[in-house]
Amino acid sequence: MTPYEQWISFYTIVRKDIVRIFRIWPQTFLPSIVTSTLYFLIFGSFLGSRIGNVSGVPYVMFVVPGLVMLSVVMNSYANTSFTMFASKFFARSIDEILVSPTPPWILVAGFVSGGIIRGLIIGALVLGVSLFFTHLIIFNLAVIILFLILTSLVFSLGGLVNGVYATSIDGINIIPTFILTPLLYLGGVFYSVTSLPGAWGIVTQIDPIFYIINGFRYGFLGLSDAPLSVCFGVLLFFAAVLAAMNWYLLKKGFGLRQ
Amino acid sequence: MNALSIKNLEKTYAGGTRALDGVSLEMPPGDFFALLGPNGAGKTTLIGIVTGLVNKSAGEVEVFGANIDREPEQARTYIGVVPQNLNINIFEKVIDIVVNQAGYYGVPRSRALPRAEKILADLNLYEKRYEPAQRLSGGMQRRLMIARALIHEPRFLILDEPTAGVDVELRRSMWGYLTGLTQQGITILLTTHYLEEAERLAKHVAIINKGSIVAQGSMEEILALHDESAHTGKLRGGRLEEVFLQLTQS
Repeated sequence: MTPYEQWISFYTIVRKDIVRIFRIWPQTFLPSIVTSTLYFLIFGSFLGSRIGNVSGVPYVMFVVPGLVMLSVVMNSYANTSFTMFASKFFARSIDEILVSPTPPWILVAGFVSGGIIRGLIIGALVLGVSLFFTHLIIFNLAVIILFLILTSLVFSLGGLVNGVYATSIDGINIIPTFILTPLLYLGGVFYSVTSLPGAWGIVTQIDPIFYIINGFRYGFLGLSDAPLSVCFGVLLFFAAVLAAMNWYLLKKGFGLRQ
Repeated sequence: MNALSIKNLEKTYAGGTRALDGVSLEMPPGDFFALLGPNGAGKTTLIGIVTGLVNKSAGEVEVFGANIDREPEQARTYIGVVPQNLNINIFEKVIDIVVNQAGYYGVPRSRALPRAEKILADLNLYEKRYEPAQRLSGGMQRRLMIARALIHEPRFLILDEPTAGVDVELRRSMWGYLTGLTQQGITILLTTHYLEEAERLAKHVAIINKGSIVAQGSMEEILALHDESAHTGKLRGGRLEEVFLQLTQS
């Protein structure tokens, strides 16, 4: 394929996914809006008013970056894991691409771009919801955008690996439920690591999502529990490892070709 | 240069099932070739390997001179495939299914749309182009898969039981359509369990049984294998059917 033909193939994969995401918007967009509204209402307004300030800012303002990331992570991951799983098991529509000259890296790029776009849209929607509960401080817009894109990228790549490996619907639910959710909740969405006693601080600091949330929070509030360079490094490391894994799995046809 | 050249093709699945055992085949360009065999003979595995959906264990496959290991992308641009089982996203619109397929081959939407409309009209699906595929009948969905396979203008069309479950009238109209494609120079590989269909359409035939080719040649050569004295049952089929049974039941 020429580079132009590869671009057309990439565009086709992404366009198809975007059409799907918008067609089923009550499943793709609405749940995050409802959930984040409840979080802001309960943790921000009801409990937040009793908690007062955290790291020098009102509690509701402190939790905004973490709640945005919570939605971005889950949606980016779910988008690629479900799309890959569904195209493998519901009528095998993935064969449409596998029989074509589309190279594996375009397939990875196309699926992942769909996940990134959904992550970014969800991020913007949850930020929009947060405006009903607090005003936003933007310390560094470039950091915010970079962390949004990189986080969506990492979890789209992770979801794709999961989708490739999954052999049943349980296979795409186990990791989000039993691994991602605990990592997110223990990653500092609702608290600062400085407020944790002894061992819990260490547990939080070995959670990679802690660095993602803190880097993103730095973009808004200019404060972070970890150095920004480490936060970037963690994201770049996982992006590189997961991209290589995906490319290898799809090139070998793991779970796709018999 | 042959449209398809297969040498000593072998496939053993992970569970140990040996699906293909040293298959060799050659199909000249422009041919209408029937690959016949009982269920589980290895037809779909062979097609899967040629189209890139199944990894072979050994052997060489070339499509119009492009080796599927060394030039897989080139080989795939030549092929259009209609699989045995329905593999379309039934929630997508008919036109989108066809146009998206063109996109995977690098054909832009602006060029694919008019092409898709023409193919859908040829296959009597034009009126349904904005309907989701789930609203099509079984026969229409089969024709949709043919339209999808043709959208990138392949030189080699592979049809894996395209008329299974299709009524007689529609099957005959598909025969006419497929014959028209060979007249345009498209090479066709057909698998079917309707042997009168193969007898009517194919110039060359290969019969595969338990992963091995048991006979191949022109239709006349295969029909000449018919041994009247070997027939013992009361029920009689067409000549190809009788040859098929002699070769696959022994």
